[in-house]
Amino acid sequence: MKKSIAIAVASGKGGTGKTTVSTSLVCAAAAAAGYEATYLDCDVEEPNGHLFLKPRIERRFPVGIPVPVVDEEKCIACGVCGEVCQYSAIVCLNKTVLTFDKMCHGCGGCALACPAGAITEKEREIGVIEEGYAGDSAFSHGRLNVGEVMSPPLIKAVCSMGRGSALRIIDVPPGTSCPVIASIKGADYVLLVTEPTPFGVYDLDLAVNMVRELGLPFAVVVNRSRRDQTMALDYCKKKGVKILAEIADDRKVAESYSRGELPYFDVPGYRESMDELLISVLKEARQ
Amino acid sequence: MKVAITSQGEKMDSMVDERFGRAKWFIVVDTETGEYQAVSNEQNLNAGQGAGIQAAENVSRYDVEAVITGHCGPKAFRTLKAAGIKIFIGAGGTASETLDKFKRGELAETAGADVEGHWL
Repeated sequence: MKKSIAIAVASGKGGTGKTTVSTSLVCAAAAAAGYEATYLDCDVEEPNGHLFLKPRIERRFPVGIPVPVVDEEKCIACGVCGEVCQYSAIVCLNKTVLTFDKMCHGCGGCALACPAGAITEKEREIGVIEEGYAGDSAFSHGRLNVGEVMSPPLIKAVCSMGRGSALRIIDVPPGTSCPVIASIKGADYVLLVTEPTPFGVYDLDLAVNMVRELGLPFAVVVNRSRRDQTMALDYCKKKGVKILAEIADDRKVAESYSRGELPYFDVPGYRESMDELLISVLKEARQ
Repeated sequence: MKVAITSQGEKMDSMVDERFGRAKWFIVVDTETGEYQAVSNEQNLNAGQGAGIQAAENVSRYDVEAVITGHCGPKAFRTLKAAGIKIFIGAGGTASETLDKFKRGELAETAGADVEGHWL
């Protein structure tokens, strides 16, 4: 069996075109004969890929993290659990142990450290994964429960989907913080989508530093590219960053997006640029 | 009795910090003798989450019977309650003025959190 390739589509700034590029790459893979692809939406706080791919959801299952339950009979109030916890999710005060489930990162440290064996773990649901098919492509996304702050465990669960398919396209949340790291960590290659604006370039720099720190191979896609705006190109040249594609600024793409349609199918010329991008990124990722 | 007043500075004439979890200092003062010591809470100033829990743990080490502050969030309330510490809210002005008000019975003991976490 050929190894599954995972391409993460990330950006520093939000709204640069991650979802447009990643859904287009999935369409391009499906159009290329026999390429079985999976789209994974890791933006679990506000997934939007389904609005465009319109998948048939066939399975839905909860994802949780283990949180501590203290047996007061066994507890000797030694306080070790509270010392181990880095997130104040468990504290020992006045001979009682308090737990704060929403602060818990589910590391299991308190249960391991408890000398009295008083701590067991129960599962606390933080969100759900929905999976199905969009045309010939497999589809999965996570939906974090409202009010939940801990998205990485759900993101990691989304990333573990679709391992059997030849190509996995990961739609990453914006930024450079933990949810982004959780989304791109297992990827074979990262595409950083940017736009030629001061905000776009500023955040691109943060994202470039992040992927370099992680040691992941990457390249930039300049979206909404215009001849009179060269700042993204200048930045990449200065920093020695490879540009895999420049997608021309086209109002028709925004119009198609705003209708919930895929520009891949209804904007002339767009399909060709995405087919080309898919070929180049696969070539890069295989190296 | 010993009480802890949340404060922006280390002296009795320092201004009260209305926040509990992210107060810079706790002034632990004996209401009978007026003797006091300032306890740093600085490690919690930049905590992302859980400042109230940490602060409550911190202040509980000084055997205080009550905490006097401006407002109290839900996690801090639960933790202080478990530590058997009473919570008086509505403090303002200097630590010394607050102590006088407390002694005159002008501050209310709260039966619950009066703000959400991260209220500022």
